[in-house]
Amino acid sequence: MYVELENINKHFGDFQAAKDISFGIEKGKLIALLGPSGSGKTTILRMIAGLETPDSGNIKIDGKIVNQISAGRRKIGFVFQNYALFRYMTVFENIAFGLKVEKKSKKEIKERVTELIELVGLKGMENRYPNQLSGGQKQRVAFARALAPNPQLLLLDEPFAAIDAKVRLELRTWLREMIDRVGITSIFVTHDQDEAIEVADEIIVTNKGRIEQIGSPEEIYRNPKTAFVAQFIGQTAVILEKKLETFTFPEDTKGIIIRPEFVSVTKKDEPMRYAASALRGTVENIKFCGNNLELKVRRGSHVFTAYRHLEDAPVKKGEEVNLFIYRVFAYRDGGISLVENDTLRAGDSFII
Amino acid sequence: MKILLITVSVLYIGLLLVLPLIFVLIQAFGNGLQDYLANITDEYTVKAVELTLLATVTALLVNTIFGLFAAWAVTKFQFRGKKVVTTMIDLPLSISPVIAGLIFILTFGRSSPLFDYFNQMNLKIAYAVPGVLLVTVFVTFPFISREIIPVLLAQGKDEEEAAALMGAGGFEIFRKITFPHIKWAMLYGVVLCTARAMGEFGAVSVISGNLRGKTNTIPLHVQILYNEFKYAPAFAVSSVLVVMAIIILVVRSIVEYRWKK
Amino acid sequence: MKKYQKETRVIPGFGLSMGVTMTMLCLIVIIPLTSIFWNTMDLSFGEFIETITSKRVLSGYKVSLICAFSASLINAVMGVILAWVLVRYSFPGKRILDGLIELPFALPTAIAGIALTSLTVDGGWIGQIFAKAGIHIAYTKIGITLALVFVGEPFVVRSIQPVLESLDTQYEEAAEIMGAGKIYTFFRVIFPEILPALLTGFGLAFARCLGEYGSVIFIAGNKPYSTEIAPLLIMAQLQEYDYAQATAIAIVMLVISFFILFLMNMIQIRAGKRTR
Repeated sequence: MYVELENINKHFGDFQAAKDISFGIEKGKLIALLGPSGSGKTTILRMIAGLETPDSGNIKIDGKIVNQISAGRRKIGFVFQNYALFRYMTVFENIAFGLKVEKKSKKEIKERVTELIELVGLKGMENRYPNQLSGGQKQRVAFARALAPNPQLLLLDEPFAAIDAKVRLELRTWLREMIDRVGITSIFVTHDQDEAIEVADEIIVTNKGRIEQIGSPEEIYRNPKTAFVAQFIGQTAVILEKKLETFTFPEDTKGIIIRPEFVSVTKKDEPMRYAASALRGTVENIKFCGNNLELKVRRGSHVFTAYRHLEDAPVKKGEEVNLFIYRVFAYRDGGISLVENDTLRAGDSFII
Repeated sequence: MKILLITVSVLYIGLLLVLPLIFVLIQAFGNGLQDYLANITDEYTVKAVELTLLATVTALLVNTIFGLFAAWAVTKFQFRGKKVVTTMIDLPLSISPVIAGLIFILTFGRSSPLFDYFNQMNLKIAYAVPGVLLVTVFVTFPFISREIIPVLLAQGKDEEEAAALMGAGGFEIFRKITFPHIKWAMLYGVVLCTARAMGEFGAVSVISGNLRGKTNTIPLHVQILYNEFKYAPAFAVSSVLVVMAIIILVVRSIVEYRWKK
Repeated sequence: MKKYQKETRVIPGFGLSMGVTMTMLCLIVIIPLTSIFWNTMDLSFGEFIETITSKRVLSGYKVSLICAFSASLINAVMGVILAWVLVRYSFPGKRILDGLIELPFALPTAIAGIALTSLTVDGGWIGQIFAKAGIHIAYTKIGITLALVFVGEPFVVRSIQPVLESLDTQYEEAAEIMGAGKIYTFFRVIFPEILPALLTGFGLAFARCLGEYGSVIFIAGNKPYSTEIAPLLIMAQLQEYDYAQATAIAIVMLVISFFILFLMNMIQIRAGKRTR
């Protein structure tokens, strides 16, 4: 493990930002620290960087405990949320700063900075000042500046938060490519699950100062280990009390979570395999999302979210529809399990 | 309405501020240029100008150093009691100059326990030049820090954090990253500090003991001349300060203009 | 007991900058200020009260307070007009007018004092006009107030100006569209917006005027019970080397200044809450 955290705790006054955090990161991986605001993810990142000191526990980088090593000596590249570009320095001077601190020769600095400027695609902008750059360009400068002194670890605090939605998508792919090309171990903090899922090799989900789950994006998505992860990852899930027709839940179930892709909505006259055991609901809202529709279907006091293809027969607001739930997450105190609709198991007899 | 308000404003400023200025200049040259030159090159006048310069430079040096360190401490770090410290820094602004003079008389004068101590060292503070310098520093104490602090607060501290993360030392961070942010604010503070330091009257008047040729600054010298009914010399010496005031106003405007740009 | 971890300070220089700041602050401000307190202890409580309630001292406070208040009031009214003219209108010479606002900060007060006095004595350029009408300016409370108006002039203007600048003209346009007259709009829409800044400027000017000495002593004439201001009384006691009495008078003035400071802080806190 290249970076290791062992039983880290951190308080700010009465607020506990990190509770007994332990995890390890392999060399060369790109890790996402994902969680809602106030979940402690930024605190963890800042502790690794040395910008905060843990109350207890050890932080190891490359096998060495770094707790007592000051931030400036940890050989870490850090990209700040608002980039913290030096406003009175040009792009070139910004990127060169860390090298100048290391007292590198003029020639070396020039070479390295030119190389980085080319890498991040900012050729020709060396002499601009930060206020003459767009958000995406600033991000590139911040990235290049962090990489300039050849750090062994790159930390990024909400790297895309300050950028327009449109550029953000483009920059995500760009960042992934850059990190692959440089081959540097990286950790980034985000509250955006799409960002984490798309970019990271591994995701660490945090909540209320604790780690909820660590795993590959696919694992986190398919097999959430806790109710929090199940709710936080994926599209808006619905939580019901533990009763649902045609489902059998374990005794100790506390509640259930339904992803939109678990639900199929069909018109009443549309052929559907399990129509017999489908529930009835009323379409409350229809949202157009590119190639499909997001439906809100109300049944009693619950509103379910489901998708429907644009090509399928159109449904109208207020229309009564069939609602079939294939599977749900059932959570109990210690964990979570996937429960299938009973009808699916008995399904064989329905073959026409 | 517009014309009326502009007229009122111009008249008000003209009568209240500009007229006294012009008056001083006219009176100064009332007896001709020769007389004027004689008045401002008078031995005591020159001594007064020297002391005023010394006091102003001292105040500028001390308060600039203080302003930079205090602004750095207050804006780049969190510590308990910060509010108390910032209030204390601004305290001299709300103290009457006469009281400012008084507290230094009390601290260093004959009634003070420190008096004997300094006396042994042959150092006279109250009713002497060191006292004049001290009160001048006191009345202008917050002038530079209070211009710098708001700028640094608005700037935040992540640029400094980023630099520290890259291993830069304190002085390097200050010189390369912080200083460009505050140079205009500092200069603005320097201008205000200069204006106040060279014109301070009440506090200096208390502590100087009015020893002509020794502890007299320009404003005190003017007072003595005026009280002796030597009006032409009084206004001649005043005119030196008037010219300084005009220069300060112009420089202030330029600094403000460059800063806001 | 709650245990506080020593805070991480990433930016270097905390020890040095704190050390320099606190040392200088102590040497230049705090230690001299404390001298006030151990000096009043030379007086018994009875003597202290006797000093500050003597007829001459009371009259000094009264003159100081009345003149400082009137001057600040004049400055408040004129300050609003000046700030308005400087922010809302453009006219030739505006930048010069704007630059002149700070003149009282740049011109030494003593110079202002002698110039205003010479102008307003009964034979002076201005004084002779008023003398015909039987109004005497120099050596009366009117003169003191005039000097204080001069000294306090920049405070209100400079407090209000930024607020007016940041005030969106849409408010006024909205009020106008709804048919409100200009004067009505000003008092109902704009005035409440600038009121906190106006009060702050007023407070600053008032505090400054209360302690002002240089510009006043020349024009005041310094007649006991009539045109003697409190700072002058401190000065008079000092010239007789009566430190204890001087300190007693000073303490009351300090208390008044701090009270004004406190009030202004309250106003700013309240104003901050309202706009948030």
